[in-house]
Amino acid sequence: MRLNDEEKAMLAGEAGSPRRWAIAHQLAVGHFFDAEDLVPVSQAHIMGDTESLGEAGIAFLEGLAAAPRDQRRVRIPTITDPRGLDFSSYARLKQTDAMAALEKRTSDALEALGVLMTNTCINYQTVFPPVLGEHLAMGDTGVVIYSNSVMGARSNFEGGPSAVAAALTGRTPRYGYHLDSGRRGTKRIVVRDRPRDWSEWGALGGIVGSIAGSYWEVPVLEGIDGAPTSDELKHFGAALASFGSVALFHMEGVTPECRKAHEVFDGPPPVPAIVTRADLDAFRARYAAPGEKVDVVVFAAPQLSLFELEEIAALVGGRRVHRDTALLIATSPENKAAADRMGLTARIEASGALLLSGVCFYQSYAREIAEANGWKRLMSNSAKLVNIIGGYGYLPSLGTTEQCIDAAVAGRM
Amino acid sequence: MAVLFAHCGIGAAVRGIALVAQDNFSARYDLDRIKGIFSRPGHALYGQSYAGRILVLNTVKGGVASAWMLRDMAARGLIPAAFLFNRVNPILAQGAAFAGVPLLDRFDGDVTALIRTGDELLVEPVEGRVTILSR
Repeated sequence: MRLNDEEKAMLAGEAGSPRRWAIAHQLAVGHFFDAEDLVPVSQAHIMGDTESLGEAGIAFLEGLAAAPRDQRRVRIPTITDPRGLDFSSYARLKQTDAMAALEKRTSDALEALGVLMTNTCINYQTVFPPVLGEHLAMGDTGVVIYSNSVMGARSNFEGGPSAVAAALTGRTPRYGYHLDSGRRGTKRIVVRDRPRDWSEWGALGGIVGSIAGSYWEVPVLEGIDGAPTSDELKHFGAALASFGSVALFHMEGVTPECRKAHEVFDGPPPVPAIVTRADLDAFRARYAAPGEKVDVVVFAAPQLSLFELEEIAALVGGRRVHRDTALLIATSPENKAAADRMGLTARIEASGALLLSGVCFYQSYAREIAEANGWKRLMSNSAKLVNIIGGYGYLPSLGTTEQCIDAAVAGRM
Repeated sequence: MAVLFAHCGIGAAVRGIALVAQDNFSARYDLDRIKGIFSRPGHALYGQSYAGRILVLNTVKGGVASAWMLRDMAARGLIPAAFLFNRVNPILAQGAAFAGVPLLDRFDGDVTALIRTGDELLVEPVEGRVTILSR
């Protein structure tokens, strides 16, 4: 890979050991993916929940944090994905003091690097929206696919170590979705029936993700008549990334790089896969369990926007959550503060629900809290969550927001 | 001795015994990382130990967690000796680089069919080469 003088100096250790580690890591990854050089990035976003980090990851961050200040501070604005634990409510979820101690060590280390603890996976809605053509190092699959597709920015999936490396060097290897050639359409999807709610947008993402099936595929959607909302695209993209490991989609007439579908293909557009109402219904039916008792209803993955919180407050409508069911909602610290100020938190929590700040459910020791609370059957409007949470032993069901709230109140589906 | 060729990979050369399946991989959702076994019931390698084996699978799924998790698995001594995939996404490459675990992908052919469980392998990432020493 070609390095400029500044990058060579970092590799030689002239900017300290953290930056030497960072650029060496980037060269290893870049070499693997045939990157020719490094591209400057304007933001980094670090996923670092303590379950994923483990003791080894936390000790690594603490090692960086122990370096002299001028050697350890990040070079670009750097923010964080949801944490694993909300200090104000972890005891209620039966998370342990040991988990809280790990969280504190991690936060202390990241803050020592100069990282801004935004603790959110909806930074594109709440912190600093990406811009068309902007190169980024984003560390959450939902953030990457939204930034790439809806905003037209350029990022690969940057796992925690690579996002830390990008923060320290201010660049990242130029491969994949940083290149024009990586952003061309490879699969064609025609949507016959527009999704009707957030869970169906997620279902569409799940269906398209299963068709695409690879990080290196770029699905192109036709047939979406009129712009979806940011929350609809958020659910669609998060599920698409979850089911298919996809990092970029184009949507004709909606996303900025796709005015017309045929323009994003090299050569004639391929024969399309067709998605109909029956496919959306069948997707949800895979998770159906009518009449079953519900242990926990979760709104998360991605964290909720202010508008989603407002809808939940309205749907709860003064009712009480069933005594044998938990209702959990996760949002960003910024939205939590806004919800507090606007009275939404009080309206939601009067039902017995818990509005969590700066966390996401599946990143919060989901297996351990299931065992501690006796949770098995989970219901959510997030197709991403129902896709992944089975891996932690849950039995997941997908419903509309209204169906989820009704189930939380009734204690069953 | 059959020799397989791949794109140049990550990590140092290693010898070991293959554990193969036509399935995918997520460190967060497929593994019990404390016991060192595949723990998701639907996985083709459910119940099997991966520690010290050369793991041969199709591709990577799931989110970004594997990038951190491989290093913690290595620190606790419960990690595959190497990963061979048909194709990985950036997360597993980043995780392998961070953990110092050998990784190869982009073989000439379907690696999950070319290698069988129990094969003794020599994995040479720099050369992009895997030698089946004995079967």
